[in-house]
This record gives sequence, structure tokens and C-alpha cells, in this order.
Amino acid sequence: MMKLTTIRFLVGQALSSIKRNGMMSLASIGTVAISMFVLGTFLLLALNANLVADAIETNVEIAVLVHPDASKETIDSTYNDISSLNGVMAVTHVGKDEALAGLEKQFGEGHDLLRSLGGVNPLPDSFIVKVENPRLVSKVADVIGGFSSVDKVRYGKGMIEKLFSVLDWVRWLGAGIAVLLSLAAVFLIAITVRITVFARGDEITIMKYVGATNWFIRLPFFLEGLILGTLGSLLAATAIYFSYSKLVSYVILTVNFIPLITDKEFILQLLLYLLVGGAVLGSIGSAVSVRKFLKV
Amino acid sequence: MIRMYNASKDYANGVKALIDVSVQIEKGEFVFLVGPSGAGKSTFIRLLFREELPSDGQVIIAGKSIVRLRSSKVAVLRRNIGVVFQNFRLLSDRTAFENVAFALRVLQFSQKDINQRVPEILRQVGLSARAGSYPHQLSGGEQQRVAIARAIVNNPKILIADEPTGNLDPDTSWEIMHLLYEINKRGTTLIIATHDKKIVDTMKRRVIGLERGRLVRDDQQGVYGL
Ligand SMILES: Nc1ncnc2c1ncn2[C@@H]1O[C@H](COP(=O)(O)OP(=O)(O)OP(=O)(O)O)[C@@H](O)[C@H]1O
Ligand SMILES: [Mg+2]
Repeated sequence: MMKLTTIRFLVGQALSSIKRNGMMSLASIGTVAISMFVLGTFLLLALNANLVADAIETNVEIAVLVHPDASKETIDSTYNDISSLNGVMAVTHVGKDEALAGLEKQFGEGHDLLRSLGGVNPLPDSFIVKVENPRLVSKVADVIGGFSSVDKVRYGKGMIEKLFSVLDWVRWLGAGIAVLLSLAAVFLIAITVRITVFARGDEITIMKYVGATNWFIRLPFFLEGLILGTLGSLLAATAIYFSYSKLVSYVILTVNFIPLITDKEFILQLLLYLLVGGAVLGSIGSAVSVRKFLKV
Repeated sequence: MIRMYNASKDYANGVKALIDVSVQIEKGEFVFLVGPSGAGKSTFIRLLFREELPSDGQVIIAGKSIVRLRSSKVAVLRRNIGVVFQNFRLLSDRTAFENVAFALRVLQFSQKDINQRVPEILRQVGLSARAGSYPHQLSGGEQQRVAIARAIVNNPKILIADEPTGNLDPDTSWEIMHLLYEINKRGTTLIIATHDKKIVDTMKRRVIGLERGRLVRDDQQGVYGL
């Protein structure tokens, strides 16, 4: 068990180095802060995007377009056929007039769409099919697509896949930037600790002469990097915490249909990981310099 | 206590600093190490506290070879050997008290022990009144006293001094010698490398002479040389 005096001495050595290295310490802390901020932001972005994707996936519907020249009887029997399929939860019939009205609404008031189309409604009757389980969507859609009365089947699968591919891309981009910035942070901390190793050359020599163990001589330098890394990531975690809280309350007030992660415990845990990440970056940086420049 | 068997030291640049040196120093002895500049005195000292390894031969301290030691054992060895240098090697940003305390802190002594031992050792070297002074506020002699205090605060069995009076005027040199003599009288084995003919001749102690890396004399009550 290490004595309190010893711990105070080691931490004191590290802190006085940080103070003495002023500008370099600030640069190290800043770089760690930026890299951890970017990492944290992208993490939150990715996690929230997953949540949105899940929400979209559970809302998938199948749009079934009936042949435009299908008779009323055919439409009714198709309705019944679809309703009796396994896994189908609800079927809504959208008549061609309704469809046109919906379209007119999208174009805006005051447009007489029917007249500009020459008095003929080209839209077919359609069904909106809801399934019990999003995983059944493509299966059910395939079956419906096989009906002779059905012209086309559409569902949002492509869109979800596109969203996921965008998300993957964002994730890789975030990981790439975070890795580059982390390397820069490790590099800066290594330089800072190297400066300390040289500045403390006399102390290191005396420590050796009076019989300090190697690990004891090295410890303050590890601590210096560790503290720099932790301070940097602490800054990043604080910034993320406050800006994310702001963002969440803003989104809830304005676009409340977008689901966001609001679980405070989860977020705090994520920020804790960031803190650990910064500490690890700092330790790696100092380890590099201590190994290379501190020959004991 | 200390045995050197046929010890040689070739530095990487090809200089043969020590050649086939065999010496035996007993517990509690007072030994002067003399010789012209470049004779190998500092090298001899560096072999003793394992700052350097011999290229050949053996160095044995307290019955154990120190040539093949794990680094943790090197630290233990150095706790039993105090070293003092011509240029004091004090930390300029710390007071006399803190310079001495530094040695105890890195050996993980408690604050209580530090508060008890440091004033006691500063009293022994006659510096109680200057405990709060920084090195630049102290005379050369006072700085060397701080360095000696730091070297002996951990009660080492051996004290090695490499030209401890090299930067001091004759009067101050005598004061430092007297202090070292007192420490030796209390049982610490003492080895002093020096150029100071007057001191060596007056004190009439054992003198080990080196010349161009070779042991050229070993007189029990010697003088500096002719
Ligand atoms: N680290 C080193 N690398 C290479 N050569 C060295 C080293 N240290 C000492 N020497 C050489 O070894 C020889 C002996 O040096 P040493 O310092 O042991 O002599 P010394 O007797 O202490 O001299 P002085 O009285 O001037 O202090 C000298 O020729 C010196 O140049
Ligand atoms: Mg010398």
C-alpha cells in the first residue's frame, strides 16, 4: 500500500510538470478534448440514428397498386385475399378518387388536377397493408405481388437499406476522424512528456543515485500523460453533456416525432467511456516517451 | 565490504579508463583515491555504485557481485551507497530541506519520518539555520553540506565522494573534510577521490593511487605522492 506522502509527491511532480509545460500542456489537453468530442458526437449521432432507423422499420407499410382497369369485384376480392394472408395486421383501401384528392392536396389548393389531366383519373385503386412484424414485409409483399389483379407492390425496404448505408458511412467517417485526432493527441502528449523528461533530467539522475526503483522514477511521467488525457476528455465530456441536453430539449420541442436517446444514465455511461478513452490516450502518449527517452 | 577483482573498463569510444584493478576495502575504512586527471578515479567510483559496468573482472559489495543485478536490486544497492559530487547536483527549485527530503520521498518514507530525519541530518551537517534556503542562496560549502546530508540521510553503509572539495576554497574544503571524517567515525565506509594534495598529506589515511587506469599504489598511511 502506497503512503499518502508518496502519492502526494508523485501527483505533485506530475502537476508541477503540467504547470511548467504550460503551452504544451494546453495544446495536449485541447487535442484530446477535440478528438474525444468528435468521437463522442459521432457515437451519439450513430446511436440516435439507429434509434430512428428502428422506429422507421417498425412503421413499414406495403403499398399495393391494383391494375388500373380492374373491376370493383376484383378489387373487393383482392382486398379479401390480402386480409386473409398470414401476418397481415390491417388493410386499408384507398380508392382512385381518394388518391387523386391526396395528390391534389400535395400540389396545393387551387389546382384542378383532374382538368389538366383531361378529365381522366389515371391513378389506380390501392391498398395500404400493415404487417404484424417488419421482418415479414418482403415475404408478404412478394405474395401480394403474385396476385393477377395486382400491378405493383411498393414498400420502404430500399429506403431503410439506403439509410443504413448512409449510417455506416457516417460511422466510418466518424471513426476515421476520431482515430486521426487520437493519434495527434497521443503524439502531442508524447512530446509534452518528452519535454518533461528532459527538464527533469537532474531529478531523474538524483532519484537513480539515491536508489529509487525504475517504476517509481517513471510513475510521475505516466501520471502527467494520464492527467493531461483525463483533463482533455473531461472537457469533451462536459461539452457534449451540455450541448446534447440543449439539443434534446430543442428537438423535443420542435420536431417531436424524431426519437432521441434521452436516458441520462446511458449518456453518462457513454461519457465515462470517453473519460477512460482520454486517460488511455494520455497513458499511451507518456508510455511512448518514457520508453524512448527515460533510460533508467 | 568492497572487493574489486581484475576490474577493467573500456568505454565505447575505445578509452581504457581502468585496467586490471584489484582492491579490497574493509567496513568503516577511510580511503583516498588519487591520481592525475584522466587516471580513472571517477570511473572507479562509477563502478562501485553501478553507474557503469566493468568490461571485465568483478565488483563485489557486501559479499555479492553487483555485475549481474536486476534493476530492482540495483536500486537496493544504491540505497546502501551515498554519493557526493564536485558540482553538488542539488535541485535548484527546492530548499535545502526539500533537497534532502527528496531522497526520502523517492524511497517512500512517510511525512512523519521526513519531518524527523531531515532536521536531524541538517543539524549534523551544521545547516539547521539554512533549511529554508534555496541552493543559489547558499555558499559552495553550504551547498556541499546539503549534498552530503542528502547522501547520508538514508544511513548508507558506504559514502563515496568524487572530488567533494574540487570547487571549494581551502578553508571550506577543510570544513567539508572534517564533516566527512565525522561521518566515517560513526562507522560509514568512506571513499574520497581528490586532487587535494594538502588534505591527503595531512590526514594520513589509506591512499589508493591510479595512473592511466592502472593501480599504482596502495599505502595504509599514505601521502598524495611525489
Ligand atoms: N563516459 C565516458 N565515455 C568515454 N570516455 C570516458 C567517459 N568517462 C571518462 N572517460 C575517459 O576515461 C578516462 C578516465 O576518466 P575519469 O573521469 O575516470 O578520470 P578521472 O581520474 O576522474 O579524471 P579527473 O581527475 O579529471 O576527474 C579519461 O580518458 C576519460 O576521457
Ligand atoms: Mg573525475
